[in-house]
Amino acid sequence: MSDLASQAETEYQGIGAPVRRREDLRFITGDGRYTDDINQPGQLYAAFCRSPYARVRIDNIDASEALALPGVVAVYTGQQLVDDGLGDLPCGWMVKSKDGTDMMSAPHPPMAATVANYVGEPYAMVLAETVQIAKQAVELVDTDFTELNAVVDLAHASGSENIYEGIENNLAYEWALGDEDATKMAFARAAHVTTLDLTNNRLIPNALEPRACLGMYERGTGDYTLYTTSQNPHLERLVLSAFVQIAPEHKLRIIAPDVGGGFGSKIFIYSEETTVIWAAGKIKRPIKWVADRSESFLADAHGRDHITRAELAMDEMGRFTGLRVKTTANLGAYLSTFGSSVPTYLYGTLLAGQYKTPNIYVEVQGTYTNTAPVDAYRGAGRPEATYVVERIVDQAARELGKDPADLRRMNMIQPEDFPYETPVALTYDTGNYEASLDKALEMINYAGFEARQAQAAERGKRRGIGLACYIEACGLAPSKLAIQLGAGVGLYESGEIRMNPTGSVSVFTGSHSHGQGHETTFAQVVSDKLGVGYEDVEVIHGDTGRMEFGLGTYGSRSLAVGGSALIVAAEKIIEKGRKIAAHMMQAQVDQVDFENGQFTLQDSNQSVSIQEVAFAAYVPADYPDDLEPGLTEKAFYDPNNFTYPAGTHVAEVEVDLETGVVQLVDFVAVDDFGHIINPLIVDGQVHGGVAQGAGQALMEHGIYDEYGQLQTGSFMDYTMPRADDLPDFRVDTTVTPCTHNPLGVKGCGEAGAIGSPAAIMNAVTHALGNKDISMPATPEKVWRAIRGE
Amino acid sequence: MKVSFKVNGQAREIDVPPNTLLVEVLRGALELTGTHVGCDTSQCGACTVHLDGRAVKSCTVLAPQLEGVEVTTIEGIGNSDNLHPMQAAFRECHALQCGFCTPGMIMQAIDLVEQNPGLDKQAIREGLEGNICRCTGYHNIVRAIASVAQAQPASVK
Repeated sequence: MSDLASQAETEYQGIGAPVRRREDLRFITGDGRYTDDINQPGQLYAAFCRSPYARVRIDNIDASEALALPGVVAVYTGQQLVDDGLGDLPCGWMVKSKDGTDMMSAPHPPMAATVANYVGEPYAMVLAETVQIAKQAVELVDTDFTELNAVVDLAHASGSENIYEGIENNLAYEWALGDEDATKMAFARAAHVTTLDLTNNRLIPNALEPRACLGMYERGTGDYTLYTTSQNPHLERLVLSAFVQIAPEHKLRIIAPDVGGGFGSKIFIYSEETTVIWAAGKIKRPIKWVADRSESFLADAHGRDHITRAELAMDEMGRFTGLRVKTTANLGAYLSTFGSSVPTYLYGTLLAGQYKTPNIYVEVQGTYTNTAPVDAYRGAGRPEATYVVERIVDQAARELGKDPADLRRMNMIQPEDFPYETPVALTYDTGNYEASLDKALEMINYAGFEARQAQAAERGKRRGIGLACYIEACGLAPSKLAIQLGAGVGLYESGEIRMNPTGSVSVFTGSHSHGQGHETTFAQVVSDKLGVGYEDVEVIHGDTGRMEFGLGTYGSRSLAVGGSALIVAAEKIIEKGRKIAAHMMQAQVDQVDFENGQFTLQDSNQSVSIQEVAFAAYVPADYPDDLEPGLTEKAFYDPNNFTYPAGTHVAEVEVDLETGVVQLVDFVAVDDFGHIINPLIVDGQVHGGVAQGAGQALMEHGIYDEYGQLQTGSFMDYTMPRADDLPDFRVDTTVTPCTHNPLGVKGCGEAGAIGSPAAIMNAVTHALGNKDISMPATPEKVWRAIRGE
Repeated sequence: MKVSFKVNGQAREIDVPPNTLLVEVLRGALELTGTHVGCDTSQCGACTVHLDGRAVKSCTVLAPQLEGVEVTTIEGIGNSDNLHPMQAAFRECHALQCGFCTPGMIMQAIDLVEQNPGLDKQAIREGLEGNICRCTGYHNIVRAIASVAQAQPASVK
């Protein structure tokens, strides 16, 4: 899968083929239909008044001047939403502290009502006939604020003033996982202990399409329709009806049309679309809102932001005997929809990494600060875990004078150890970690590094090489396990397949594509399973009016869970089809086989195609009495376990000693994603993930000043990776099929962002001989480190 | 103010406030929504179109500058029956995922190849500095552009 030379579209378009995407046709011609491309006659435009302070009491809002501006139709305040009975924006994942108490949720009304807790938090919405007028009117809303002491510095948040009454030390929870005493003993007996203090820098997702919505209310029927940039429209509908109580669920239709990237930031239920759809029902006119990029910076959920102390205990041979981790995780001002789970269940449970470490103990303090809420961002907890494990293992190797690859190899879980029960709640089903390590080292030419390093030195550059052997848990999530761990919903997925009478197939999935290519890959899967032509299969997603339920796309779950649901639905189609075919061929059901779209009668040359069966089902001339007409089946698939993609990433960097600039000069990724459905798309997911990981390692950082003002509020100040910051990537795969889903797939959407920050920072610290460089390794930071500052 | 100019070969006359941006004209009055807005500081390049044959960011062009010019947008360089070689290359090389940066990226790519015969990968990467993609990591975008540059080194018209 490493070198996909340009090739003509292959005839075979089923599983495993590098089919070129069908959704591309509309995107490359400008015919994509993103939320802001959709307009309704008579629509109003919304603009939001946002808190200019990090922590503030809202004493009075005087909208009279705004309302007097011609073209302004209404101004709604956060208090009005509360008075109208709307519920808070909920967090769906209960996390308990180690003393058994429930997490402390900060009150989170749909818009700030009496207090605002981060710069950019919306507290009022203006509706006007044009965008310009709405924005002008925002400036005319006269608000009396009382500024309060903002808690911004994560390291000292717990010793500061309580932001919320009753939430002591600004802690939502003090969570722990693992055996504290056994781990303590391992450290007491250790021959060597490596200690490392790490930060995981706050990131701002910045999908290229800003968040947007268009809310409508149908007077005659009382139906609400909301177009919104969501990764999970059904979840949005469930939350807005059941928790926020905008409308009964069956009166609310949510459509996520083409969505320009998400990376997690478009999972959550936000103030803006909530207020827009509510107001559409009040004012009874359609309302459009599109975020400015500066609003995306302020008010999209941010990612990462941990402070960690990690300790690794080893015996005299260098075998890991214990890992102890203490993390302070920034939750921001509120618990975002999944915010509580990211630094706990999606983080602590991955601290075994690829290793047999027998004793692990992790404590996480989920901490509120007056900053934007923090939630899942590509990798969601697993990049943070990998960063801890792979940085400390690397550091241990240097302290012990061992080769970093050898130290890892010595501690790796072996193929015969599976299923492997980690000390942190998860059981890995299968893997072969040395295979990916070997392949990655060969691809980067590990043995030839010294020569490259010497050559770079002649050019005045310090060259470093860094590894990360990562594992992650995705394919969220087995319901039983998830609910046990505090999730409010089980994370199954649904799929429906309709054979149309004329032989085409309509596939409805609860997954959502915002770049992942499901319209192509799911068609490949169904085409392969049912033996129908790829071109005859259409995939529909993103509309709660067309697909009855779904949990959406995040956590690298679509293929593993959504794809599996489609396999189960397809099997039901085949089962019913068999009965119809048996009747048509006047045979017993158990004499009929199905393969490649044909139902064949054993020991004969009689067969009927699935298309003929579908026609017979809808035009039942010759049809079994005991079967209903029609050929449409649905399935809800609940996985048995997470899936565990794993692999090795290797980075090489060159540091310019004069300027401190770190150039990523080579990057190899060898990943095990189980079976591959479309290698072109898988490679693309890895490329994109690695680019985001490189962004985290080398340039991106969401920074607040001591007053809680966001200093990196635009692309001027927040450095996004561009084409000339990155090399070509070299990617390949090894395969150990997932043991517990019908496709044997593990998911690939996040892995690139999970292994790369650690690999790159291991390369940087190797180049500099300095373990304390933090992410991002900006030129200024590196320059100062070189000069010993 | 009234402005007369050509868009995708068609003569248009619009009447807009002078502080209207070209991208707003395209997406609003002209209903050509293929050109996208991704930022508010002219950095992302999603709004890139051609003005008198050269790539510009349409978020930095004001209505008064349009008098008598020829604008080409993504909708004007090809269609699904007759793709421009750059459009075809993007699809062939999987150089797009969510598609939001893609129109601007393609418009910039066409200009880059037209202006620079003998373009190599490094020069392509540098030439894309004004276009942000969050999905692809640029690897396949560079591959797609290189394939077009190799096929037609002199001109891509």
